[in-house]
Amino acid sequence: MLESIIIDGLIISGVYALLAVGFSLIFGVARIINLAHTAFYMLAAYLIFTFTTSLGLNLTLSIVLSVIAVTIIGLFSYKLVIDPVRQHETTILIVTIAIAIIIQEVMLNQYGGQSGGIPRLISGYTEIIGVKVTYQHLLTFGVALIVLLGTWALLLKTKLGIAIRSTAQDREVANLTGINVARIGMITMGIAVGLAAIAGALVAPLYTLQPHMWMHPLVMVLAVVVLGGLGSIKGSLVGAFILGFAETSVVFGYSEGAFLKGAVALTIMLIVILIRPQGLFGVAFEEER
Amino acid sequence: MISIIGGYIGRAYKEFRGEILVLPSRTVALVFCLILFLVPPLITSNPYDLRILILASIFAIFAASWDLLAGFTGQMNFGHALFFGVAAYTSALVNLHTGLPIWLTIPIGALAAVLAGLVVGIPCLRLRGPYLALATLAFPLILTGIIFVFPDITGGELGVSGIDRLAGSRVTEYYIAITLMISLGFIMWKITASKTGILFHAIREDEVTARASGINTTKYKLLAFCLSGLFAGIAGGLYVHFMRIAGPSTLELMLSFQAIIWAIFGGIATIYGPIAGVFIIYPLLEFADFLPEWRMLLFAIIVMLALLFMPEGITTWVRNKIEKECPRCKLRNIATRKSCRICRADLG
Repeated sequence: MLESIIIDGLIISGVYALLAVGFSLIFGVARIINLAHTAFYMLAAYLIFTFTTSLGLNLTLSIVLSVIAVTIIGLFSYKLVIDPVRQHETTILIVTIAIAIIIQEVMLNQYGGQSGGIPRLISGYTEIIGVKVTYQHLLTFGVALIVLLGTWALLLKTKLGIAIRSTAQDREVANLTGINVARIGMITMGIAVGLAAIAGALVAPLYTLQPHMWMHPLVMVLAVVVLGGLGSIKGSLVGAFILGFAETSVVFGYSEGAFLKGAVALTIMLIVILIRPQGLFGVAFEEER
Repeated sequence: MISIIGGYIGRAYKEFRGEILVLPSRTVALVFCLILFLVPPLITSNPYDLRILILASIFAIFAASWDLLAGFTGQMNFGHALFFGVAAYTSALVNLHTGLPIWLTIPIGALAAVLAGLVVGIPCLRLRGPYLALATLAFPLILTGIIFVFPDITGGELGVSGIDRLAGSRVTEYYIAITLMISLGFIMWKITASKTGILFHAIREDEVTARASGINTTKYKLLAFCLSGLFAGIAGGLYVHFMRIAGPSTLELMLSFQAIIWAIFGGIATIYGPIAGVFIIYPLLEFADFLPEWRMLLFAIIVMLALLFMPEGITTWVRNKIEKECPRCKLRNIATRKSCRICRADLG
């Protein structure tokens, strides 16, 4: 049992980490709490399903296509509806919920209650420390790790990453030093949605698809970023692993755990922020001007 | 004798003209209340239509209570369904097991919601902004998990059923709901206009400065949580006795989000805004049953477009069109006036 907790926990944590890093990035740069973040993750999974079943495309090609398509949709929604109301903090919440509901309803009407499954990219399994692990699970974790490392390198080593981080630290000063803040916001949104789409592509073969599948990850991602500290990438990673493992341990360790998996993770988050109100690695933001 | 009564009536009329008819927004609110009281039972005896208006009244109390906490005090609450659900389950269980009448179970439920307000409020005192929002989100979801683990007491997914009705007939239920909605809405509006309301405003605008001015912000933040819990709890109790079932849907994430949608769509930090928001969106959504599967989609698109053009909500937008604020004494005047009705300053 311990082995399956470790394997499943690693995969779930990897997916949460991908989602949380994107969420944290866009919050840091543009102060947007994007409640539609996991809706994009769901959209990616559904697009892969459409491309493979209705259009009969090859699985790898449809994964690439859907990640690109979701990123474009995300950028359009940012430019057309989120950015115009950016000044009104509370209005952003509603606008992003509205985007999530629109995506959910379109999927509900298109596919109804019918739950779809996507074939696995590679079949077969291997045994690690006595547990059967399918190659698909290994691939999922491997890709999540590579993408996370890539994002980390992008943020720390490239000029673009420095621009993103400085915009997150202080928007006005970043603007004064010649960074095009609006374009950085756009690029960050693209990266965030792209990460969500990759996460969706990774879980699509493992879970059954249904139009409400964005709700639970949304709650978990919110818990992860708060636990780790809003705007902190390292915090999001650590938070994702803490809550991912907490969730899997409850599911495996307790017969009625499926009901409690959200509750336990959220309780952990509450305890942590009651002790450290800024989260584990929270950065103190400059007071908004 | 007659002259004294006449004097009272005259003074009441003067007061009425000076306080209500002088501002178009207040006149609109009065006309809206009168229409709610008089028209629906006359033109329709269809229980379904009345049911929609009853639910709209209940949700209006709920959305306005969110506005009291989040709009006025700035304590952005993402888990407002907690108060609704706690009150709903408490009222239902008390009614089911002790058989107490409705006029006792609803206050008991509301008291439970006040306690829930304290339970959420005390740990959240140190949190601010997005942290507070996301921490409050956790409470109703944790409670939902607990409810599913003890299905013997809470009924699990099916919920608690077999509860007393709100009243014998649909029309009586309608009058109970709208009377409570209007009076509680008025009380909340009065609270926000009182000294306490000004302190709530101060906490939202700048908590550090408020504390530096000698305001016990901790006390007032907890008070806001309790008051908000009280009103949301009354709404929860009404809901459970009207629907006659208390299920996990009263704690759902979507219910919390809906309160936020109604309030922001209607106009945040106004109290009457959320009420207007509910009465615009909720019936529209229910009567639009010719397109059942596209209903939620249309709803989301309408809300989004409305907010793109009126980012501060619909009532604030309308109010700014028909009224303007005096630059000197900050009192509102009808937009057609050339000078302020109190201080005679030029309105430009």
